[in-house]
Amino acid sequence: MPVNALDVENVSVNHNGVLAVNKISFSVQEGDLLGIVGPNGAGKTTLFRAILGLQSYQGRIKLFGYEGNQYTSLLSMIGYVPQKVNFEPNFPATVYDVVSMGTLSRKKLAKGAALIQSCGCCWNRIFQTSSKDSEKIEEALKIVGLESFKDRRISELSGGEQQRAFIAKALVKEPLLMILDEPVTGVDMDVQNKFYAVLKKINKENKITIVWSSHDLNAISDLATRIACMNRDLFFHGEKEEFFANKDLLKTYSESAMQLHMHKHDM
Amino acid sequence: MQRALLTGIVVAICCSIMGLFLVLKRYSLFGDALSHTAFGGIALGFFLNIYPIWTATVVCVATALGITKLRKSTKISGDAAIAVLFSAGLAMGVLLVSASHGFTIDLFSFLFGSILLTSMQDTLLILAISCGVIVTLIAIRKPLIHFTFDEEQAKVHGIPIEKLNYLFVALAAVTVIATMRLVGILLISALIVLPNITSIMMGKGFKKTIIISISISVIATIAGITTSYYFNLAPSGTIVMLMVAIFVGTLIAKHAGLFSTKTLTDENNLLTVH
Repeated sequence: MPVNALDVENVSVNHNGVLAVNKISFSVQEGDLLGIVGPNGAGKTTLFRAILGLQSYQGRIKLFGYEGNQYTSLLSMIGYVPQKVNFEPNFPATVYDVVSMGTLSRKKLAKGAALIQSCGCCWNRIFQTSSKDSEKIEEALKIVGLESFKDRRISELSGGEQQRAFIAKALVKEPLLMILDEPVTGVDMDVQNKFYAVLKKINKENKITIVWSSHDLNAISDLATRIACMNRDLFFHGEKEEFFANKDLLKTYSESAMQLHMHKHDM
Repeated sequence: MQRALLTGIVVAICCSIMGLFLVLKRYSLFGDALSHTAFGGIALGFFLNIYPIWTATVVCVATALGITKLRKSTKISGDAAIAVLFSAGLAMGVLLVSASHGFTIDLFSFLFGSILLTSMQDTLLILAISCGVIVTLIAIRKPLIHFTFDEEQAKVHGIPIEKLNYLFVALAAVTVIATMRLVGILLISALIVLPNITSIMMGKGFKKTIIISISISVIATIAGITTSYYFNLAPSGTIVMLMVAIFVGTLIAKHAGLFSTKTLTDENNLLTVH
């Protein structure tokens, strides 16, 4: 029986007196690629921050069925790529240095994997951590296509290349769940397409569960297995075909973006 | 002289490693403010007739931890907290000095450094503190690098960032204590900042940057102590001026295109030397 990677139950977030997320509930099954859509200010980032333990909230969030202290210990199994990583521009780290930061929590990962296996989830991949960290780093760099950039300083890379480096950093943890918060916003089409190929690969081949927020409805319709649409409240959660067939959802999402999507698919 | 060289080298290594993290976290002024608090601590030691390095250590570590807690709980901005710390430390020192009827030669030596005149007791204590800081920094290097790079991501990675932050500022405080005898309270921030902004400018990765920074510190310290010994100059000023010369030389070399990387965007923000 498949295990839910993530359960969000009645979660509300009050952010400086403003209700940013209102009683949202949804589940993500292991192996799913959930695309979350919603306009700017819809509370997507706030919801992600609540899941990651960076934001207090009301309600319940379960990771592989666990809450409380066990939930906290499982947090290190999440690979997180925010919209923008705010780092000191003069930080003397190469791409390799940055990706190697992801190897830090692997001991904790092994503990977390044991916990998850005890709940019946078949997850053997995580126990392959005996191989050297350097091999894992090289592998992650290869997946995101940055092998030839490994000795370059992270600050010298373009925004898109930096995001790919941060995806590699998240991947090197061998996460069970990846949370990607509009990771390619403001990045050119070529880099976006490369990123989408990476996303597809890690979901299909590496079997990593992904929760991904984006404004790119075409990419969401191509890649996501399920879709959630939110604007403080959750308006929809289900199969992507059902989402794109439901024109009422235009009210909760950008009408022009939706029309563009419909137009492209009608052609 | 040999004792001074040994102490100088160990302190230089300790200060440049700690300094790199302070500079990258934009805490350069924090080190400077702590050194002024150390002045208050030293004056307290003289006033109470207690070995001044002990009182300076206690005052400095307690202030570093206290100000970190205060910044967290009251959301006071970093520069305002540093301004409070800076002036409070100095005011306390001046007050105690006036109460104990003026400056003594010993107090003066803490302000401007006196590595060539350091006693055996001071030397052993400074070596122990510096080695302790170096070993701790090596042990916590991975989480500390991640924490310095991006606190939020470090937290998601399961790094206990609050505890790490307290440990970090406490280590910064004891580094200030160890460095005080080498270059004096007034020039500590030069040792924290100069070798590091010079090495960061060279555009290398983390390991190479730290190695270059240590090399600059050690070379300037050896050359500074030796020169000052033979020419009867103040070692602190000589060491710092040599570091300034290396920094300026590197800056010229960089503008001449010797290093192929981007320019530092805000060197002025990083340069916080007196």
